[in-house]
Amino acid sequence: MNRRTLRRLVSNVMVGLMILAVVVALLPLFFILFDLVIQGAGSLSVAFFTKMPAPAGEMGGGVAHAIVGTLLIVGAASLIGLPVGIAAGIYCAEYPGSRLTWTTRFVADVLNGTPSIVVGVFAWAWIVATQKHFSAVAGSAALAMLMIPMVLRTTEEMIKLVPNSLREAALALGYPRWRTSLAIVVRTTMPGIVTGSLLAVARIAGETAPLLFTALGSQYMSLDLNQPMAALPLTVFTYATGPYEEWHRYAWAAALVLILVVFVLSVGARLAIRRRFSLNG
Amino acid sequence: MTTTLAQEPVATAPEPERHEPPPLELASYGDLVFRWLLTLAAAAIPVLLGFLVYELWSGSRLAIDRFGFDFVTTSRWDPVAEEFGAFPLIFGTLASSLLALVIAVPLSLGVAIYLTEFAPKAIRQPVAFLIGLLAAIPSVVYGLWGIFVLIPLLRTSVFPFLRDTLGFLPLFQGPIYGPSMLSAGIILAIMVMPYIMSVSREVLMAVPDTQREAALALGATRWEAVITAVVPYARSGIIGAVILGLGRALGETMAVTMLIGNRHEIAASLFAPGYTMAAAIANEFSEAVGDMHLSALAYVAFLLFVVTVLVNACARLLIWRVARGSGAGSKAL
Repeated sequence: MNRRTLRRLVSNVMVGLMILAVVVALLPLFFILFDLVIQGAGSLSVAFFTKMPAPAGEMGGGVAHAIVGTLLIVGAASLIGLPVGIAAGIYCAEYPGSRLTWTTRFVADVLNGTPSIVVGVFAWAWIVATQKHFSAVAGSAALAMLMIPMVLRTTEEMIKLVPNSLREAALALGYPRWRTSLAIVVRTTMPGIVTGSLLAVARIAGETAPLLFTALGSQYMSLDLNQPMAALPLTVFTYATGPYEEWHRYAWAAALVLILVVFVLSVGARLAIRRRFSLNG
Repeated sequence: MTTTLAQEPVATAPEPERHEPPPLELASYGDLVFRWLLTLAAAAIPVLLGFLVYELWSGSRLAIDRFGFDFVTTSRWDPVAEEFGAFPLIFGTLASSLLALVIAVPLSLGVAIYLTEFAPKAIRQPVAFLIGLLAAIPSVVYGLWGIFVLIPLLRTSVFPFLRDTLGFLPLFQGPIYGPSMLSAGIILAIMVMPYIMSVSREVLMAVPDTQREAALALGATRWEAVITAVVPYARSGIIGAVILGLGRALGETMAVTMLIGNRHEIAASLFAPGYTMAAAIANEFSEAVGDMHLSALAYVAFLLFVVTVLVNACARLLIWRVARGSGAGSKAL
């Protein structure tokens, strides 16, 4: 075999190995989704969404309390996290020269890399330890804190895409800066900001670790944010690690619901931005 | 003030500015309020981080005063006797994360290189999108799948096979339980792969085409062009991507908690159960009764925080050196 064929052979073998890597990398995704549907879909029923859990070991019941809990906890977190994150993102993009911008951007990157369990410990020390009881609010605070740096960075990146000429045109027409920022810059990037927000909501909706010792979980329906509250990820964790066959079935079903919510939010967000931005050119 | 000036009869010129002052003042108030509101939001973030560091530090003071740096090097974890040493946790965290990297790095680099250099245009986006979906799956779902699908599979076929073929290494000896360091490493590898893949893909795409063209023009095969001209150019960015994956793996909690077996022990075998810092916090925090136990766990959280911050800072620096201006690092997060 001469040198050139050998080199060509090596090249082809490497490409083959890389294709193999792609296949191996995609396998877990298909396996996970397949198993979730196979194991979880059978347990989905109207009762699953509307009923409370049956006593341990008995048949029937549902996870209505956890669905309501997740909605409340994630809703409260978004109520704090989205405005702060978006406003801080606008600040960083609109006043790029200031020292605060540099600091905030740096800190946001630090927070982005902080493990969610550490943020959970922080929320515990801050709220649970001072109140002396577990509460959904503490969970929301932890989730909001995870959300803020994500929303900040996407908002900032999106606003940076707005051409300066647009700003200058508005200012030249006599718009004050704040109206230029809100009515021109933010409005132009609205689809992007919405996408970033949806992605952040999707990310925190599946977070379990920061809720373990803040919202704690509960077997009862609760609408009081000042009390322990159930959440879907917590339910998946408790049921999956519990001893009962019935619980395992519910864990699969709850995980299927959770992942559907997360996927719809994140895939929808990505598709939305693609269509809007290509339309705008 | 301007309005009173304008009302002075001394003014001789015609006064077209008369209409100006009210909107102008309103505008500057608006600007002031707007800027202050935004500043408040932006300043809240550093304040929050400071608060987080303070709370972690004050929460762990009890343990810091009592154990000092010995906490990192000793191995006894006894809530009843209030003796705590986190060495097995730190070891488990590092071991599981490194194991994850050993599996994930070749895979993700293979995928990233294939997608940027070789794949037909039509499949690049879809494949990247699908692998990105892996990053969207919540950790607890990985844990569930790991318990009921991955572990039975590993226990019945993969682990016995490894023991039979590689059993001469101490890594692959001993009894097989299922929940183990290796199971946790495998699930972690699946979880960090999309991060390493997407960042190194961004970095590779930032390599100028002239690099490739030059190598090809000298007669290199496509693989040789990649390995001699493209990858070296992107090297520090790729290392950054790997370290970023390491940062993710170190802090990953739920899936690891569900798969690693949760034992405060250090074993030579990868089939033996272990424990990580994040998993210990997740398992013990809500049930810890003694102040010292809580404080020791807060100390663990503090250490974990410091380590991940350092790791992420390294990663960012490296990525930034290659992909300056292309925003690769921030996009991946």
